[in-house]
Amino acid sequence: MTLLSARNLSKNFGGLTAVKDVDFDLPEGEIRAIIGPNGAGKSTLVGLISGRIKPTTGTISFQDRDITRLPAHRRVAQGIAYTFQITSVFANLTCRENILLPAQRGALAAAGPFGRIDTDALNDKAEEILARVGLGDRADTKATEMAYGHQRLLEVGMGLALDAKLLILDEPTQGLSDSEIANFLDLIRGVARDTTVLLIEHNMTVVMELAQRITVMNFGEILAEGTPEEIRADDAVQRAYLGG
Amino acid sequence: MNRILGLHVGVIALLLALHFVLPDYHHVSLARILVLTVYALGYNLLFGYTGLLSLGHALFFAAGLYGAGMSMQAYGWTAGPGFLFGFSCAVLMALGIGLLALRTAGVSFMIVTLMFSQVGYLTTLYFNEHTRGDEGFVIPLELRQVFSIDLSVEDTRYLAALALFAVAVLIKLAIVRSPTGRILVAIRENEERTRMLGYDPFRYKLTALVLSGAFAGASGAAYGILFGYVGASFASIQYSILPLLYVLMGGVGTVLGPLVGTVAMFYLIDIASGLTSAYLFFVGAALVILILVAPKGILGSIRDRWARWLP
Repeated sequence: MTLLSARNLSKNFGGLTAVKDVDFDLPEGEIRAIIGPNGAGKSTLVGLISGRIKPTTGTISFQDRDITRLPAHRRVAQGIAYTFQITSVFANLTCRENILLPAQRGALAAAGPFGRIDTDALNDKAEEILARVGLGDRADTKATEMAYGHQRLLEVGMGLALDAKLLILDEPTQGLSDSEIANFLDLIRGVARDTTVLLIEHNMTVVMELAQRITVMNFGEILAEGTPEEIRADDAVQRAYLGG
Repeated sequence: MNRILGLHVGVIALLLALHFVLPDYHHVSLARILVLTVYALGYNLLFGYTGLLSLGHALFFAAGLYGAGMSMQAYGWTAGPGFLFGFSCAVLMALGIGLLALRTAGVSFMIVTLMFSQVGYLTTLYFNEHTRGDEGFVIPLELRQVFSIDLSVEDTRYLAALALFAVAVLIKLAIVRSPTGRILVAIRENEERTRMLGYDPFRYKLTALVLSGAFAGASGAAYGILFGYVGASFASIQYSILPLLYVLMGGVGTVLGPLVGTVAMFYLIDIASGLTSAYLFFVGAALVILILVAPKGILGSIRDRWARWLP
């Protein structure tokens, strides 16, 4: 079943076409990687999907519902979570608070403005997510006091806490050490059991390990799409990206 | 949790104890301070927790003040209905102005709120025959009572001010410790990130502004009823700046900071103006020293150094 589908999606920034006439389909349950050289339009494409950027033309549907005009915060409520390329955790808040914020969203929406929410259950959930991303012992540490790699993991944890159907990760392993990357791979494989994952990634090891299918972008267009083996064997991709 | 609630209840109890021991002059001053603290508590909700700096809160204070004073005078209402009417005026005013002003942010938001509040101030002068303009008017003594309790005498006035303060401080504590309070702080820290966590920043900023306006309105209405005077000076820019000073002095983004700041600033102005007509010099000097020594305000610095658990 198709979870997300984009048709004729384009985005112009002034004279520059960052995304050009893209058709993109993402089946439910898949781990999909988007790769491509810098400036290929990867971040713009996921920006369009998450609602951070408004498209110039084209439509996007999620679970067969047109979300083209839905503002970003309402797409989150539909189940699209986005984690930032540039780490943007709440620096002055503790890890726990950083996770509680996205974690409480669902409960708050269900309870209504004057409803009560179960704070114990919420705290348990935050603890569990911190443990999953390997920050279990840092719940009361301010985000700004942690190393960059740990902030990246916190960022991923915030995405997880939204209980999304589609988790978009924009270069999640940037700045992580090799051992942290190994943990990250396990984490995402676990997440992917009940969540569709769309990730932009430059680290080819991560891409080849994780992705079931790969979409290759170049100059704002989709150059190729296929399994890791197909992409590795594709001549056009070899020329454009993998360097021959 | 219990430590935090205990502290706030303790402060309220202390203020109640002061009622029995304070000499007359300070008794009256403290009643005034408590009413103005309610104003500052609400201001801090918007400025300290949500990160929105308004330069037009005098409008909401004055809406409460005039709403109560004018309705009491025109219809012969007593304090209860007068207070509720003034309070409602301020809430509606905050809602209407929030819908417009929150389309802007940062410096533009400061200017737009300042403009709206100047419009309010000039309105009180323009409709001079109803508001008595600069000169103001006195709310008739016999109307300043609720359930036959006379609010114009010192004892009941202090207790009424304390009751209002107690309700306000406990409501504020509940707000900042609620999930909504957490979202307000998130908007202050990073609005775009908050949106991407599924929260509509506009909605939450409007909520904060209306809550803040409600505190200001309650304070303004109570001020008129308890002290009996309604005048245009309360709608002037000075009354928009005062809560900002109280909050800066006491501690931005702390629950009890506004009380500390209002006490400090009130007595600073009181003592300095007894010495010289250039008392604003002392206010300025105090703020400069504060920025140098304790940029987070009195309670903010205490929290950083000794008590990180303070809300």
